[in-house]
Amino acid sequence: MLGPVNYTIWFGVFLVELFSLLCLLRKGALSKHFTLVLYLCACLATDIGGYSIIKTSGYNSNAYFYFYFYSQSLLTICLFFVLMSLYSQVFSEMGVGKHIRAGAMLLLAATAGISLHMVAASADRFVTLFVTELGQNLYFVAVLLTYLLWGAMAKLRENRVRLLQLVLSMGVYVSLSAGSYAMVNLYPNHEFWRYYFPITEMCLPVSWAYAFMKVSDDARMGTARLLAPTR
Amino acid sequence: MIAEIVFAISFLTLAQFFVSYCRSLIAKSRGYELSEQAREISGVAANTARGDQFKRLLTLIALCPGPGGDANRIRAVSTYFNLLGFGQALLSRAIPSAARWIDAERGGCAYVAAVVLDRRIAYRRTVLLQQLARN
Repeated sequence: MLGPVNYTIWFGVFLVELFSLLCLLRKGALSKHFTLVLYLCACLATDIGGYSIIKTSGYNSNAYFYFYFYSQSLLTICLFFVLMSLYSQVFSEMGVGKHIRAGAMLLLAATAGISLHMVAASADRFVTLFVTELGQNLYFVAVLLTYLLWGAMAKLRENRVRLLQLVLSMGVYVSLSAGSYAMVNLYPNHEFWRYYFPITEMCLPVSWAYAFMKVSDDARMGTARLLAPTR
Repeated sequence: MIAEIVFAISFLTLAQFFVSYCRSLIAKSRGYELSEQAREISGVAANTARGDQFKRLLTLIALCPGPGGDANRIRAVSTYFNLLGFGQALLSRAIPSAARWIDAERGGCAYVAAVVLDRRIAYRRTVLLQQLARN
């Protein structure tokens, strides 16, 4: 059964995601940052779907159980698309967008295959185990890809502030999520996760809203200023 | 075993991304030259500030109302400053070089606060001059 704290957190997350979506649309991000808009729409649809299932079938029902785990997997895959669009923007001048998309799809399929194999090899074949394993692995691959992208941006002397902030906030979120999923694998069935995960979901919408509202599209800054020690 | 490795690597990358993200939020202020008056009031040197000046600067900022719009930046810098303080408390004895780095970062936060104060002083001065011109 969900308490008032859970509903408050849920409503807070919903409002933050909606606000972020409106900020992106207001700043005309639909065409240039379509995957960001897609991810936020998917988050909102998941929130609404989850709420209606809790209301009709209950929090402890099988329907919500399966909905939650499958929707989380879909959101992770959407996040992968966001990451690929960031790659495309960083490497836009090199014209390697097609190769990046193909590589990302292969990586996504390979991660899902490896996760399935790991769960199939274990004694208890639960779908939730597969989804937790897939979540941890996908987020971890996303961590490595984001780190690689950040390294490439530093090397290419990328100076678009908004793009830098989008990549860095993505790095913060995927690192946090990968670490959290790893902790879930180590300490499952803990009441704490019920409050923790919805709160962490606010990271990306908040940082995206900030990047689009406060940072202009033509703002520039060297990556060296973010990497070099403070004077 | 895999979960432990994933957790360890994720924690390290999280720390690095978080520091870089916070720096990207406050980097704008770092290239700013403080005015003579702001330096005198805040006690901050031309290009550097110390971490222990941060709290005093926040008090001065609270005393000097501004045009608005910088509250979020102050909040972000304060959060980063407090997290660095937490890191310093954890690491200062174990890794002295990390403590030095954290101290430099906290000094950077204090410099950002000094820049905010400088802008507020300039704003107040402009408002005062406009009022005097009207009278």
